[in-house]
Amino acid sequence: MTADKILVLLFSGLGIVFTYWFFLMRKEEEVRVVGNSIDITVEGGYKPDVISIPEGKTTKINFLRKDPSSCLEEVVIGDFKIRKFLPLNEKVSIEITPKKKGEFSFSCGMGMFHGKLIVK
Amino acid sequence: MMETKTYPIKGMHCASCVRLIERAVGKVPGVNTANVNLATEKLTVAFDKNECSSDQIASAVEGAGYKAIINENIEEDKQQEEKLKELQSLKIKVVASLFLGSLIVWGSFPFLMQFSPYPLQIFWIQLILGSIVQFWPGLTFYHAAIPAFKNRTANMDTLVAIGTTAAYLYSLAVTIFPYIFESLGIEPEPYFDVAAIVIGLILLGRYFEAKAKLGTSEAIKKLLGLAPKTARVIREGKEIDVAISEVIVGDLIRVRPGEKIPVDGEIVEGESSIDESMVTGESIPVDKKQGDIVIGATINKAGSLIFKAGKVGSDTMLAQIIKLVQEAQGSKAPIQRIADLISAYFVPIVIMLAIATFAVWYVFGPAPAFLFSLLNSIAVLIIACPCAMGLATPTAIMVGTGKGAERGILIKDAESLEIAHKVNTVIFDKTGTLTIGKPQVTEIFGDKKVLELAASLEKGSEHSLASAILEKADAEGIRNLEVTGFKAIAGFGIEGKVNGEKYIFGNTKLMEKEGFNLADFEQKIEELENQGNTVMILAGPNKALGLVAVADTLKPSAKDGVQSLLAKKIEVVMITGDNKRAAEAIAKEAGILRVLSEILPQDKEAEVRKIQSEDKIVAMVGDGINDAPALASADIGIAMGTGTDVAIEAAGITLVNKDLRSVASAIELSKKTMRTIKMNLFWAFGYNVILIPVAMGVLYPFLGILLNPIFASAAMALSSISVVSNSLLLKKVKI
Repeated sequence: MTADKILVLLFSGLGIVFTYWFFLMRKEEEVRVVGNSIDITVEGGYKPDVISIPEGKTTKINFLRKDPSSCLEEVVIGDFKIRKFLPLNEKVSIEITPKKKGEFSFSCGMGMFHGKLIVK
Repeated sequence: MMETKTYPIKGMHCASCVRLIERAVGKVPGVNTANVNLATEKLTVAFDKNECSSDQIASAVEGAGYKAIINENIEEDKQQEEKLKELQSLKIKVVASLFLGSLIVWGSFPFLMQFSPYPLQIFWIQLILGSIVQFWPGLTFYHAAIPAFKNRTANMDTLVAIGTTAAYLYSLAVTIFPYIFESLGIEPEPYFDVAAIVIGLILLGRYFEAKAKLGTSEAIKKLLGLAPKTARVIREGKEIDVAISEVIVGDLIRVRPGEKIPVDGEIVEGESSIDESMVTGESIPVDKKQGDIVIGATINKAGSLIFKAGKVGSDTMLAQIIKLVQEAQGSKAPIQRIADLISAYFVPIVIMLAIATFAVWYVFGPAPAFLFSLLNSIAVLIIACPCAMGLATPTAIMVGTGKGAERGILIKDAESLEIAHKVNTVIFDKTGTLTIGKPQVTEIFGDKKVLELAASLEKGSEHSLASAILEKADAEGIRNLEVTGFKAIAGFGIEGKVNGEKYIFGNTKLMEKEGFNLADFEQKIEELENQGNTVMILAGPNKALGLVAVADTLKPSAKDGVQSLLAKKIEVVMITGDNKRAAEAIAKEAGILRVLSEILPQDKEAEVRKIQSEDKIVAMVGDGINDAPALASADIGIAMGTGTDVAIEAAGITLVNKDLRSVASAIELSKKTMRTIKMNLFWAFGYNVILIPVAMGVLYPFLGILLNPIFASAAMALSSISVVSNSLLLKKVKI
């Protein structure tokens, strides 16, 4: 095997490991809601994407979409039966009052970007 | 970004209200100025859209003790406006990239280039054309991929961005340093056409997809469009036109022929025929008179009416329907979970497969190995289509729930829609569901005294059959006798004294208990019960005097409703508290073979569970009020609409059209929607599972087949369009 082939194999292997680590081993950072509202920036995903909210209390989640990608134009919180259009650069408030503890995912309209609500 | 908006305010009286509201709204972070006009009762706010929302302003107004009206249509209008703008810009980008891309193809494709003008064959000209496409229409992909990358996530745009950038950068290098490639034994040939055409075709796919997606939410738009804008309110003896948001409960409202009824309420004067099809899906106009309920957004066909507003704003039936449909469209079907799980890992896996493709082709592929590696790994990135998987379920759910709403079938959530297609047994509650729910006296056996005594005794009763007897006595002009010592004997009947003599009125069990001989009546009782009547006997002081037969009539849609279920091989059961003979008679009339009779209301739930234990998937159809526990314990509860309440907690499906044939239609709608979802998922998964390996070149060793990235982009564009279009086909199915 020639040197260039060995190099290509080596870099490809590294590339695959990097891709796995970079996208699939991302640590989730949980943000606890202080007060009764939280702002989520929608840009290449949700920032923050894991938020913990208290059970039984109404929490206002303010989404602000800065990303023009049509993929992120809707946010879906299936367990709370919410599908909301997010106009670009405009704050959209969604109020939820979780009645039970647990983890509930939310995503963009096509299910490509994900976030999580942890009810404690 | 600053924006100015105006909101109508309710509840203002004086100048101090103005200051109060202005101060409260002024304190909201992001609000620049807030001005209230007392004369027009309007608040105008200049605020930063990034920092606060209309909701926050409205809650500040509410905190001050007033109400700001946020028009719900605004959101829909904005969505529509933004979508149209997006479509327009996409159109320009598609035309530009395909036009410039075609010029590059003309100047570089082996056969075509012989007929092309010389300048198009120059690499530097191709570089200019390719760069325009890459950094103008193609910028869309970078705009989405870069923030995602920063966030350590990847999506569809990431794949297109990496794929086209690889092709572009390679071509750029070839153009600038052709001699390096020549020295490596690679013919210096740029692939600007690949990058440009791929961008053009994927944007074209996105254009058609966005256009088709607009159609999936059409039902909500139609419902929102139904809401009337003004109402003619009678205040202080004068008729004035006011905005719909200003109508309050208790207002008297005039509706002239041909006009829309503005809100829900009760007719106080006049009668008319009302077309309710747009809200309830009921196709035949309904005749209404004083005391009847009218529904907002329906059309008054004939007479002039005055009605009292009973429900306004978000409480009206139309507003509840819109909310229910919106919620259903926001919910997730259990079948979607698998697609969600896969799409979370999909894009990184495709990137890894593309890298592996590059390595394998470079090491084991034929010469020129580098070119094969590059083009095949680009093809892998481009052909992968996560969008189709993501769109498969929600688009079908949106069209399905919307179609249901148009027909008066309101589905609470995607899960209910999913379960309904598995139903193989439908249990109908009898009274008020299969029957009209208003019993009438059908026969009196005995002399005139029988009705006179029965009606007098029933005067003090609260039993549902009492009203039927009193109505009959009224119609015959019979006056009531004075009754003393009235007593109701639960489950049996009633007793009381008339002129000092004791009479009893009730079922055969009561007669047996009191020791009356019914020999003379037995044949008549059997005959009446076999016809579906509930028979009550009047007796006293020492013998049975006569019979009163009462019956409820089947709804006109009952027979067809049962038949259409039987035609789908669904077992139909009737459940009732009536005695066996009467129950069987009415079931026979409706065409129902299995009857559960003499079931007390509290035991209906247990009966539902018993049938479920026979491995049946059960739908329970009832009014949703008296039989809520039974509805909730069934696999799916179907409530027949009553009045103007549509959000019946225990029911997964509410039939606001009150048509029993819709039970079968709802099941059919569920079947068709599920079939569409399964087809979509099968297509979306199958597409990726088959074509990604083809793009990797697995067929090359056997058949010599490779996939050009341009064909890959055409396939990928068609894939998501076909999923959305397939969902839209649901609009055309017959249910």
